[in-house]
Formats: sequence, C-alpha cells, structure tokens
Amino acid sequence: MTLHLVLLLAAGLFAIGLFGALTQQSIVMIMMGIELMIGGVIVGAAAFWRFLAPAAASGQVIVVAAVVAMAVEMAMGFAVTTAIFRTRQIDMTDMAKDLEG
Amino acid sequence: MALVVVASFWVLGVLALVSGGLVFRFTSMARATIALLTSLICVGGEVVLLGLPYLGVVTILMMVMEMAIMAVFMIAYMMNPAGLTPMSMLHNKGGSLAVSGTVFVALAAGIFLVPWPRRAGSPPPDTTFQVGESLMGAQMLTMIVLGFALLATIVGAIVLSTRRGRYDRFGDDLDRRPPRDPAGGGVGR
Repeated sequence: MTLHLVLLLAAGLFAIGLFGALTQQSIVMIMMGIELMIGGVIVGAAAFWRFLAPAAASGQVIVVAAVVAMAVEMAMGFAVTTAIFRTRQIDMTDMAKDLEG
Repeated sequence: MALVVVASFWVLGVLALVSGGLVFRFTSMARATIALLTSLICVGGEVVLLGLPYLGVVTILMMVMEMAIMAVFMIAYMMNPAGLTPMSMLHNKGGSLAVSGTVFVALAAGIFLVPWPRRAGSPPPDTTFQVGESLMGAQMLTMIVLGFALLATIVGAIVLSTRRGRYDRFGDDLDRRPPRDPAGGGVGR
C-alpha cells in the first residue's frame, strides 16, 4: 500500500465514473457516475493525508467536504429530475437537448 | 498485521473498481444500485485502512442510506427499470471511452511523474479528534460554508420538487386573496 497505488485506485474510480457520466442517457445514471467520481476524490484525499501530511488536518477536511458534496449532488439531482419530469415528462438527457449551452 | 492491511487494500480496491464498472453494465436498476453501493462501501473501507476510521465509517453509513433512497428514484425514473426489454442506454460510447481513457492515462502519468514531497509529520494518536478539533477551530469557516450549502440544498430541493407551492397559490408577490386552489375549501367557498 503505497501512495502511488492508492492514487491509481482513485484515478481508476474517477475515470470509471467519468465514463458513466458521459455515456449514460438516464439522468439518474449520470448522477451515479458523479458519485463514483467523488468516491475517487475521497480515496485520493485520504491517501494524500496519510502519505504526505498526516500531521495536518486539512486532508481530512477535504474528505468531509467531498462527502457533503455527494449528499448535495444527490439531493439537487433528484430535485431537478423530479422538476423536469413533472413539467415535460423527460427522463433522458437527449430529450432535453434544448437545455445544452 | 501489515500483511492483513495490504491484502485488504487489494481486495477492497479491486472490488471497488469491478463493482464500479458493473454499475454501467447491469440492465437492472436494482443491481446497478447495489453495485454502486458495493463500490462506495469499499471506498469507505479503504479510508479506514488509510488510518481514518471515523471518516471511513461515516462514508459507509451515508452511502448505505443514500443508495436505499437512490434505488427508489432509480426505479421511478428509469426508462427500463427492470431491464426486461433489451435496449441500449448509452450514447456517444466511443467518445466517452476516449475521454475517460485519456483522463485516466493523464492522471496515472501525473501520479508516477510528479516528485511528491517527503512525508511531513506523523499521524496523531486520535485522528477523529484531529478532524473534530480542526472543524471546530481553524477550519470553522469551512464548516459554516458547508452548513449553509446544506441549508441551501434543503430549500432548493424542496422548491424544485414541490408540485404547487405558495407562489402558485398566492401569486408572485404573495398578495392574491383568496389563493388560487384547484378545489375550494373552508366554510361557504
């Protein structure tokens, strides 16, 4: 268990999540991709804390911030999904192409 | 003891990556949610292995609850919730694969090429105390911002997902009396 190995795991999680967020048609599945990406960020931040600066608490605070970002992303994502489904019966990104900008 | 840690690291790491990949392979939404939960539980386990038991367990607990809620929404908003009708739910697969592959290669190159600094200091005896004291002291501003962000999320999510709120009833300036309701209420209305 070295810094390089743990960061590789974080990069792998991030890349898989990115692939999901870019390919998925369903809005909810895109959010799952983003969750995986933030999971990678959590692993990376914990690794930096452990292997580079364990005496400083900042690395831990970044993990806390990433966990909060996960919760916020879920709540707002579902709210937006609910709102757009209610008004226009949209559940797939390609149906909302007029929103691209 | 160290051998156990290393073995756990590899098992959890491989499991996290495999189940993360399976999220986008499954056609059934329930299975996809379970796969994502598995991946994120492994992430929490890795955080525990890295010496942060409190944050790791918090991550695991939060993910279990989050995915329980997620499963409901997944099945409610998927065009093919049970995966019974074969259909592709992807678009732009080649381009996405190129982008995410490039990102991974770039990150991996950075990991191995960057001269990381030498480790400074050693972990405190109680890492939970370290993060708690930090959030209640030096990082208090961070904690306040996170709190406001969560409050704004609560308000925003409710505003977005409400079918009819008070602005629909009382008008944009909240001065329409009586409110416009689909069915009258009260005595004699």
